[in-house]
Amino acid sequence: MSVLQRDPQDQVRVLDEDGTVVGEVPDIDDETLVEMYRYMRLARHFDTRAVSLQRQGRMGTYPPLSGQEGAQIGSAIALDEQDWMVPSYREHGASLLRGLPLKQTLLYWMGHEKGNEMPEGVNLFPPAVPIASQIPHATGAAWAKKLRGEDDTAVICYFGDGATSEGDFHEGLNFAGVFDTPNVFFCNNNQWAISVPRERQTASETLAQKATAYGIDGVQVDGMDPLAVYSVTKAALDKAKNPAEGEGRPTLIEAVQYRFGAHTTADDPTVYRDDEEVEKWKAKDPIPRLESFLRETGRIDDEGVEAIEADVKQRVADAIEAAESDPRPDPSEMFNHAYAERTPEIQAQYEEFEALREKFGDEGFLRE
Amino acid sequence: MSSQNLTIVQAVRDGLYTEMNLDDEVLVMGEDVGKNGGVFRATEGLWDEFGDDRVIDTPLAESGIVGTAVGMAAMGLKPVPEIQFSGFMYPGFDQIVSHMSRFRNRTRGRYTLPMVLRAPYGGGIRAPESHSESKEMFYAHEAGLKVVIPSTPYDTKGLLISAIRDPDPVIFMEPKLIYRAFRGEVPEEEYTVPIGEAAVRREGTDVSVFTFGAMTRPTLEAVENLEEEGIDAEVVDIRTISPLDRETIVESFKKTGRAVVVHEAPKNGGLGAEITATVQEEALLYQEAPVKRVAGYDVPYPLYALEDYYLPSVARVEEGIREAVNF
Repeated sequence: MSVLQRDPQDQVRVLDEDGTVVGEVPDIDDETLVEMYRYMRLARHFDTRAVSLQRQGRMGTYPPLSGQEGAQIGSAIALDEQDWMVPSYREHGASLLRGLPLKQTLLYWMGHEKGNEMPEGVNLFPPAVPIASQIPHATGAAWAKKLRGEDDTAVICYFGDGATSEGDFHEGLNFAGVFDTPNVFFCNNNQWAISVPRERQTASETLAQKATAYGIDGVQVDGMDPLAVYSVTKAALDKAKNPAEGEGRPTLIEAVQYRFGAHTTADDPTVYRDDEEVEKWKAKDPIPRLESFLRETGRIDDEGVEAIEADVKQRVADAIEAAESDPRPDPSEMFNHAYAERTPEIQAQYEEFEALREKFGDEGFLRE
Repeated sequence: MSSQNLTIVQAVRDGLYTEMNLDDEVLVMGEDVGKNGGVFRATEGLWDEFGDDRVIDTPLAESGIVGTAVGMAAMGLKPVPEIQFSGFMYPGFDQIVSHMSRFRNRTRGRYTLPMVLRAPYGGGIRAPESHSESKEMFYAHEAGLKVVIPSTPYDTKGLLISAIRDPDPVIFMEPKLIYRAFRGEVPEEEYTVPIGEAAVRREGTDVSVFTFGAMTRPTLEAVENLEEEGIDAEVVDIRTISPLDRETIVESFKKTGRAVVVHEAPKNGGLGAEITATVQEEALLYQEAPVKRVAGYDVPYPLYALEDYYLPSVARVEEGIREAVNF
């Protein structure tokens, strides 16, 4: 029976908090398992460095992901090459796996539009800042694939627990149910929408059970168990593309997890949550869990871990170096992409702008 | 009267606190307004003071926030919902334009909505995408709403209290760029600043400069700089975007015959267009020069690496004033 065919309150788990196998280990080759670990370490290290860049004034407000690597990497690694990803604004790890260079993620949070210019062949939407607003896009993108007969393609969409309160969540999932679109709706339930706890978002016992109302499958998974996340996501992607007779394509996955840090670097979580709670969740950290499993099963040893650590540090350092040495965007770029071609009014404003720049230089615009 | 030296965001908090103490019907609701005290600390301490029934952390749902506030207000409560950033008002836009603005009109005055929808707006704080726009004209375009934007701590508290007491719904937009930029004297007691009245911040004879919100600061700086060039400019802080104080605008323009409008919102359809039309309609024969608009460009608000180039700067305002004066 599919891992998706279960009560939405019956959480899927493969590894316990110590990394001991307590469920069915998914069929993944050794190399991919190690890659999973590498990307989780990469996401964690990137996150630590990004927060530090913000603290040093080298980057603007940034939303950290630490604690959520198991959900991001465990799900994104299950995608096939042709699949699409529609992220919120916290999926730096998942986006990296989909092919977005870390440099671009840094550029985006450094306020450069170029961060959103997806490289050719990277099947990824830009981050969506307004909560839940990307969910209907994911439904539409999957619907387009279905209408065009591209049955081998599914669309995964990420959002948080807070997003399930928005109308767009309801409308996106409802359309998916009605039009049977190949979607995986992946809810990163990290317990907190800034300062508002999960219990304040809904009186439902689980978020997964909301799927029932849309006539689609809903499944809850331990979001800090990357192997369980992989199993569930893989099954949902397979079903989206190739449902059994009488089975619906879309699935809602609730990945139960915790954000170890702040909502963004502008937020101070000590105002609204206890250290005790944070510590309780840190014991479920997905990284040591997977590492312990890989060591126990002989897939990695000290040497392997050290090599990954060195690789991860190098890749993040290179990305920071590349982002910081990227030239500042030319101010005239503001006028280039509102439309396919500048309207006469925009052209006139551009010319006025350039004349002012010539007269006053950049000092005429830049504030301290 | 005793007074305190407050920032604008502290004056917001003080206005809420003052009015909640005086009127049990007033309540605050929104995302993170309770225990967290608001992401800008505009509701700090209110949850401790007034409890969970009057300072309410809601689910993350702007349509729900505005829509339930409409229902509460129709029942006689005076809700003051907060939308965390004005860029996130749009899920609630249907409730704002289809219901909040017109409950009175649709029921021939039988139901009214004494509510205030607060939101920080505007650019310049190096914020992420969708956090910096200035779209006050969306709401000014909607009959039945009043739209207020303060620029000083004193006005913030006085206008907020007026808005809460107003029998009609008010959109109260707060210039977050200057939330903490400076302090001003604010009485501890209750007082009001009337909605619908502009304020002349500086008297002058050569040109009238109309502005509001965060743009009052670069405008006043530009005007001071231009004194050296012998330009004596008048600065009018509009304060209420709708209903517009046309009388003060026209009076100032009749005196100077020249006008510049400064706002960070896009030029196309911005308040500058409305002010220009007003002086044309009511004081054409006094006009000495085209009205100059110094505004945001008609392009999407850029990510922050370029935002300084988008927002009207002191140099741009100075140049706009020179253009109007030297025509």
